Amino acid sequence: MSTQRFPLPDVGEGLTEAEIVEWKVAVGDTVAVNQVIVEIETAKSLVELPSPWAGTVTALLAEEGTTVDVGAPILEIGDGAAGAGEPEPTGSGSAASGAAASEPAATDGESSGSVLVGYGTSDAGASGRRRRRRGAADAGAAAPSAAAPAVPAAPEAPAAPEPPAPAPTPQPAPAPEPERIARAMVSVPAASAPEDAPSSSRVRVLAKPPVRKLAKDLGVDLASVHPTGPGGIVTREDVTAHAASAEPRALATYPDDDQPWLASGSVSDDGRTTRVPVKSVRKRTAEAMVASAFTAPHVTVFHTVDVTRTMKLVERLKGDRDFADVRVTPLLIAAKAALLAIKRHPEINAAWDDAAQEIVYHHYVNLGIAAATPRGLVVPNVKDAHRLELLGLAEALGELTATARAGRTTPAAMSGGTFTITNVGVFGIDTGTPILNPGEAGILAFGAIRQQPWVHRGKIKPRWVTQLALSFDHRLVDGALGSQFLADVAKVLEDPAHGLVWG
Amino acid sequence: MSDQVTGGSDVAPADVVPLVQLVTPTGERVHEPDNRYAARVAHLTGDDLRAMYRDMVLTRRFDDEATALQRQGELGLYAQSAGQEAAQVGPAHALAAQDMVFPSYREHGILHVRGVDPVDRLKLYRGVDHGGWDPAEHNVHLYTLVIGSHVLHATGYAMGIQRDGAVGTGDPDRDTAVVACFGDGATSQGDVNEALVFAAVNDAPVVFWCQNNQWAISEPTTRQSSVPLYRRGEGFGVPSLRVDGNDALACYAVMAEALERAHAGHGPTFVEAYTYRMGAHTTSDDPTRYRERAEEEYWRQRDPIDRLAALLRAEGHWDADWAAGVDAEADALGETLRAGVRALDAPPTTSMFENVYATEHAQVGTERRWFTDYEAETAGTGQHDTEETAR
Repeated sequence: MSTQRFPLPDVGEGLTEAEIVEWKVAVGDTVAVNQVIVEIETAKSLVELPSPWAGTVTALLAEEGTTVDVGAPILEIGDGAAGAGEPEPTGSGSAASGAAASEPAATDGESSGSVLVGYGTSDAGASGRRRRRRGAADAGAAAPSAAAPAVPAAPEAPAAPEPPAPAPTPQPAPAPEPERIARAMVSVPAASAPEDAPSSSRVRVLAKPPVRKLAKDLGVDLASVHPTGPGGIVTREDVTAHAASAEPRALATYPDDDQPWLASGSVSDDGRTTRVPVKSVRKRTAEAMVASAFTAPHVTVFHTVDVTRTMKLVERLKGDRDFADVRVTPLLIAAKAALLAIKRHPEINAAWDDAAQEIVYHHYVNLGIAAATPRGLVVPNVKDAHRLELLGLAEALGELTATARAGRTTPAAMSGGTFTITNVGVFGIDTGTPILNPGEAGILAFGAIRQQPWVHRGKIKPRWVTQLALSFDHRLVDGALGSQFLADVAKVLEDPAHGLVWG
Repeated sequence: MSDQVTGGSDVAPADVVPLVQLVTPTGERVHEPDNRYAARVAHLTGDDLRAMYRDMVLTRRFDDEATALQRQGELGLYAQSAGQEAAQVGPAHALAAQDMVFPSYREHGILHVRGVDPVDRLKLYRGVDHGGWDPAEHNVHLYTLVIGSHVLHATGYAMGIQRDGAVGTGDPDRDTAVVACFGDGATSQGDVNEALVFAAVNDAPVVFWCQNNQWAISEPTTRQSSVPLYRRGEGFGVPSLRVDGNDALACYAVMAEALERAHAGHGPTFVEAYTYRMGAHTTSDDPTRYRERAEEEYWRQRDPIDRLAALLRAEGHWDADWAAGVDAEADALGETLRAGVRALDAPPTTSMFENVYATEHAQVGTERRWFTDYEAETAGTGQHDTEETAR
């Protein structure tokens, strides 16, 4: 079988490198010309690359998460001519080869390139599943001398024999198109998804092409969507509703693995430790933390505040028709309070430009929200948050968190922040001493809100109380300014009517 | 209807922009008494409509394949036309053979109808040629990447036609018009405005065909103009109108009328074809950074190809076998394009001397001889193959 290597193209103008974000194919997959093989991220955008040739994938030459130079080969494709008898080239662990054994026969018969643009031959649907198996097996394979069973996934050993389980699905050879797509989109394996159990429901799904595209964009498995259209057609609304209901599940970025932090690590010989290369979000987080903590002298001030009135406001807004479609949370009010306080103390919305020996005062607020995501800490920001009224702010926060949870936050969304809020309260924590997002002068930590005994109008009453902490860059923010700023945030939360006075 | 075309006399309320439309987004004919544009498409047969549909499908396929080729590293850049097929194929069908088109760089549908070889159309985007085809052969000028500059050239060309006496003769094979294609962003360029000045005062036989695809890269039309774009034409005294750019028939009708005016010697027309760029500005652009998915979806539901297909079905011109044939033809086009583009090589270096002047020129001839000798002396020493191949 002859092979060809696909060099990473320059998909922009004059780009020199790109990061491999996600492989859409695995070794052994049959690919058609123009079938999407990989998603890459360049300095400009996320881009899907189509295969230049038809054939069988014989090697992936770059790992996900690595940065590759333009021109370096990333994928090897064989013409599949003599592929039928060939063994799985990588032999990546028992699970993978077990799975592979059941499939090549079906694959090679129809590996020619007669199918065009994006859909692949009928076997292509298997790639999604196989990739995950490979992922699970990789952790083991990556440990050179590893005793296979001592893989990190040990606790969930019963999962190991799982891969062959969906065996019923690969069977139907002449898969009609809708089913192929449905299979291609199996996004969460049965093991980890509670509502995925009825996998037998993978029957013919009816949906119009734009709806299929939408489902693909949202990562929704059409087969799992409850159709409400005439004749059992899946409508656009069905897909969006399903995507919305399934949203929290998007957290399961590593569906096979309940120890995602161990992914791509290598296990020590004795199986007692795993070493994971520092890369991508973790790497950026570490760099940002070090840069910030050791260049900006941090000072943190604290304030405990009675937020009962804020809680009442939140309840009222939840019942307000205008706010019916957005999430109203105490964080929303805290964000608004911070914006109001910035308006009163604009000096805190600034940056220290060490190179130029200048302080840069921003006349706009890009409000960052620290978010815990499956890929780690990201801090996307709401652009021009100072212009937003409360409803707009609620919408922006909702969209930002949904994007972050889905792991789709773009570099653009994370750059250019001017002030950040970190909501440590969601973890039940009273407060903390946050580290500044590099390039910003202030960060507000919002603690957990609990009912506590509090002196209210001369009597001890149960009140909703929280703790605020503000870290600021002492090079440009003096203690007085930081304290006044935090006091103002607290005032708004204590009595949101201050928003009227200062708004 | 007529008031808006003459412009100025009827001040439309700001929120109601008159739009020429002959087929609704769901594929039904618009029945309006006194719609003079309907008369302009009355003669089109089922075969004519199917031909338009076929051209639009092939244009879309060309677009998809070229985009993939760029993503595979075969093209340096590519500007997509997806979504604008009606605003290109429709008017192209109304052209007379002798009419001259000045495209910008996204008019793949017009080039297709004009018969420019699909592989030649991508030479520029592969970076092997400054042009790619002979403008005189198809009466299509080369692609121009500089925004709006060719609109002045088009107007100058039209004024040349006037001086050749090729307007207002009444001879349908002689009277010639020029079509200048540009986008919404180009209307903010000085060149386009200067061209309108010249065309208006000279009654030049030129049709300003502005495809308003809503986005000048990441800049929305609302940040380019405080009035609908077609009213910019009115400001220069040029009859102007807006047409539904996703309605191939309306685009055909409007172009037919504008050409008739130009051929007859009655001067220019400014047409704003209101359409949508469904893809990115170019392959170097990422529209998700500046526009909403909901907006893209709204326009995807108004795909011009779907609209014409719906009309064909509604009027009994649709034939499944024929449609499958068109799809097969599109697939074949994809393969031809793929193979052809991969095989594209740079033209011989001496070709740069060929079109500097229309006729042989002494100084250029000397330079060519010097260069040829130099290439012969240094053959095999450089990384380029300097062997000269006759064209």
